[in-house]
Amino acid sequence: MLGKSKLYWKNVFEGYAFISLWIVGFVVFTAGALLGSFSISLTKWNIVGTPEFIGIGNYQKMIEDEFFWKSLKVTLIFLLNVPLNLALGLFLAMLLNQKIRLIGLFRTLFYLPSVTAGVAVSLLWLWIFNPRFGVINVLLKYIGIKGPAWLGSETWALPALIVMSVWGVGGGMLIYLGALQGIPTAFYEAATLDGASAFQKFRRITVPMITPVLLLNLIMGVIGSFQVFTQAFIMTKGGPNYATLFYVLYLYQNAFQWFNMGYASALAWVLFLVILAFTFLILRTSSSWVYYEGG
Amino acid sequence: MWQSRRRQAIMLKAVTYLILLIGALGVMLPFFWMISTSLKRPGTEFTFPIEWIPVPPRFGNYTNAWTILPFNQWLFNTVRITGLSIVGHIVSCAIVGFGFARIRFPGRDAIFLLVLATMMLPYPSIIVPLFILFKELGWINTILPLIVPTFFATSAFYIFLLRQFFMTLPLELDDAARVDGCSTFGIFYRICVPLIKPALGIILVFSFMHHWNDFLGPLIFLSDLDQYTLALGLRFFQGQHRVEWTLLMAASLIILSPCIILFFIAQKNYIQGIVITGVKG
Repeated sequence: MLGKSKLYWKNVFEGYAFISLWIVGFVVFTAGALLGSFSISLTKWNIVGTPEFIGIGNYQKMIEDEFFWKSLKVTLIFLLNVPLNLALGLFLAMLLNQKIRLIGLFRTLFYLPSVTAGVAVSLLWLWIFNPRFGVINVLLKYIGIKGPAWLGSETWALPALIVMSVWGVGGGMLIYLGALQGIPTAFYEAATLDGASAFQKFRRITVPMITPVLLLNLIMGVIGSFQVFTQAFIMTKGGPNYATLFYVLYLYQNAFQWFNMGYASALAWVLFLVILAFTFLILRTSSSWVYYEGG
Repeated sequence: MWQSRRRQAIMLKAVTYLILLIGALGVMLPFFWMISTSLKRPGTEFTFPIEWIPVPPRFGNYTNAWTILPFNQWLFNTVRITGLSIVGHIVSCAIVGFGFARIRFPGRDAIFLLVLATMMLPYPSIIVPLFILFKELGWINTILPLIVPTFFATSAFYIFLLRQFFMTLPLELDDAARVDGCSTFGIFYRICVPLIKPALGIILVFSFMHHWNDFLGPLIFLSDLDQYTLALGLRFFQGQHRVEWTLLMAASLIILSPCIILFFIAQKNYIQGIVITGVKG
């Protein structure tokens, strides 16, 4: 007890008491579940019988499973929506960051899609992409273009889902706008006095100042894109011909349609590792392009 | 020189407005399409050219859509799950966030890093063991699997957000209260919580949106029709009937409307929450 005051121990006790809820939740629902997932992944188990230990058999099976590779490929291609949303979101935020009338209205309109989600939105876009009567192809018809079958086409189904994700561009835009408005105007005034061009100001002031937010949006976008499920489940069921077999959809099918609990858990662990690797990679490179004020 | 620069500035403004206008129209088109379809007489949604504003509008679609399936029961289920989850998140994340923000104890910063790291854990990665756990507990087809975890501060993002807010309060507050004989829990409950009400509002809105629209969780844990949430039931609509787009859009719009209304009511809080995520993240 030497040197440690009564207050110290009081703080230790109270500190851990306050975060104890999280500790229990973490042990059961996060760490426990993750470990559980790993042990199940070493078995063959259809949930009713007893699990049969098969070592790394499920992981070996994955290497030869063409649907695993297909689902990984579909999900990686879908990741293209992330840079698209980053660029478009930043562009819109910069337009709104000028002295614009009705900025509040525009901000609300662009942001509105981001407060909607889930099944209702998936059904709405199913109707929008309807090959014969959906609004996109009908509008194309007005100008004499015969639109593709979108979700019914092996080529166009995935691009259609990317278009749908761009509808939510307002979410990222709002974060950029906050960051842009936090840049001291003195920076720009000083640059103007020094004769900097608009492009130079963008390149040397705006971009460095918003890189932390860019990093945040990038990581959130990547993590979110790896977990796409509802759209695929509702709109395409993975089709046509597996063109939209997203990773989590394949995981779900294995677990809850075919009851391959062991294989689904192996898929789950690989998903976890892939996301970890991507995040780690982004963070590792970030020190060379993210600018932190005073750091 | 001055003249041409001025003209250039005006041109730039005009282009900006034009792009914003086209963009806003594009973003609003799906909503407009949805409303328009929901007001058409079933069958007329297939006519060409498009009848943008149906005359007369069929408001009856909304009541039809709502009564064709047990939406009232599903609404009740959804409200119950959403409400309890919000309470769970707010209570547990506020307590934990306070602990991380205002009590100094060894291991705190390392543990907080662990909290942040859990944001990288995808929910789909743990659904199998969770399903098995809840099955063993006999909780499948009850709301418990969707509710109970929220009471254990399982959302790292909310903990983070609340910790940031608690940290902005001056420490002198705590000292003054302590001198007056207030316990740490008293400081939390009576002094700090009332001061971060806006942050609790942000969490309320965020978790409402999340649980109201959640699909994967209910899909896995709820199996009986009478336990369904609106999101699950809406999907049932698609399978059960030859797709009646007019009714389906009406039902979808009803289900989305609370999110949209809540956004407009809480817009200031909400936008502040998003911006803080960016600035403090």
